[in-house]
Amino acid sequence: MSYVGIIITFVFINNFIFTQFLGLCPFIGVSRRIDSAVGMGFAVIFVMSFASLATWIIYNLALIPLNLDFLQTITFVLVIATLVQLVEMVIQKMSPVLYKALGIYLPLITTNCAVLGIALIAVRKNYGALESFVAGFAAGVGFLLAILLMSSIRERLDTEWVPKPFRGVPIAFVTAGLMAMAFMAFDMGLLKNLIG
Amino acid sequence: MLKQFTNGIFKENPVFIILLGLCPTLAVSTQVVNALGMGVAVIFVLLGSNMFVSLLKDFIPEKVRIPCYIIIIASFVTIVDLAMRAYAPSLSKSLGVFVQLIVVNCIILGRAEAFASKNNLKSSVMDALGMGVGFTLALTLIALIREVVGSGKITLFAIHAIGFNGEINIPYLSDSPIRMIGYPAGALLVVGLLKALFNWFESRNKGAIK
Repeated sequence: MSYVGIIITFVFINNFIFTQFLGLCPFIGVSRRIDSAVGMGFAVIFVMSFASLATWIIYNLALIPLNLDFLQTITFVLVIATLVQLVEMVIQKMSPVLYKALGIYLPLITTNCAVLGIALIAVRKNYGALESFVAGFAAGVGFLLAILLMSSIRERLDTEWVPKPFRGVPIAFVTAGLMAMAFMAFDMGLLKNLIG
Repeated sequence: MLKQFTNGIFKENPVFIILLGLCPTLAVSTQVVNALGMGVAVIFVLLGSNMFVSLLKDFIPEKVRIPCYIIIIASFVTIVDLAMRAYAPSLSKSLGVFVQLIVVNCIILGRAEAFASKNNLKSSVMDALGMGVGFTLALTLIALIREVVGSGKITLFAIHAIGFNGEINIPYLSDSPIRMIGYPAGALLVVGLLKALFNWFESRNKGAIK
């Protein structure tokens, strides 16, 4: 599949939140305010891009030649945890402003299933190194898009009257469900029409 | 002892009350059989990790405890994943990456950190069983609603001895099911509505006590 195809697939058609349910915990947890949602979104894009690249390198250059691919789960989790820590240290050193904006979200990302999810999906789909990187980036963009839309809606919902049992999380789920219905318009047929 | 078991099923149900481990809950709740398979996998991993964390709690240094827990959990997840691929390939295929994703399921790390690292073996086992069964029940409930409404049938394990092919068709509903509920969007709606229902029950109970 072409790179454009991968991007459209992971941003719209297989949006991680609305069709794959990966990364729902931060999606519900951090979508109360727009600014924190944007911070989380960019942190996720960053980590997902590099995590899928790093896990590709380790899987194809270390695990496969050594016949250790049954260690996939353990290795990937450790690689992602280390990578998040590394990214945190690098950002702290290079750009204190960026660190201030993303810092608190980075540790949360380790247990974000979207990151491990994209790494595992890229391996299952036999992507190349650059394709994995692009897929990670696109899935991150899809997450940003979803969480940005969601936080905008939830900020409006705060000022509206909501039936008491629905306040907080339930209404967020119902909203996400309606958004997922809208995202059903993006399907494989659309991709075929766009890039043939 | 029994309290720890029932705690996970009702009062601290991981899915409905403390909202942990949502991603697999939604993704594998398309069919009842998937929900049950996932539930068994989670119970096994939770039992294994809670047991090991509880046994090793005096040997694991405070500072590196989270990576240690993750390695313990990942080992059990690998066991489940490989066993499922070997003995239940079709189930493994329909659960997809979500078997491996049990490793980042917050319920398991959460119980290791919040319960097993502070309690003895016996209560950790009971806690794991309670939480695991609570998770499975919640997951099965969601899958049952989605499958009955969304495709008008219930898929279970096939038992060839009595000629049961594993599917229960529900008359009328299977002719014209509400397909939306079976789609991803339906999963989000069902969970939102169920959570609202639980909130309503809870507030009503509180009102009754007052």
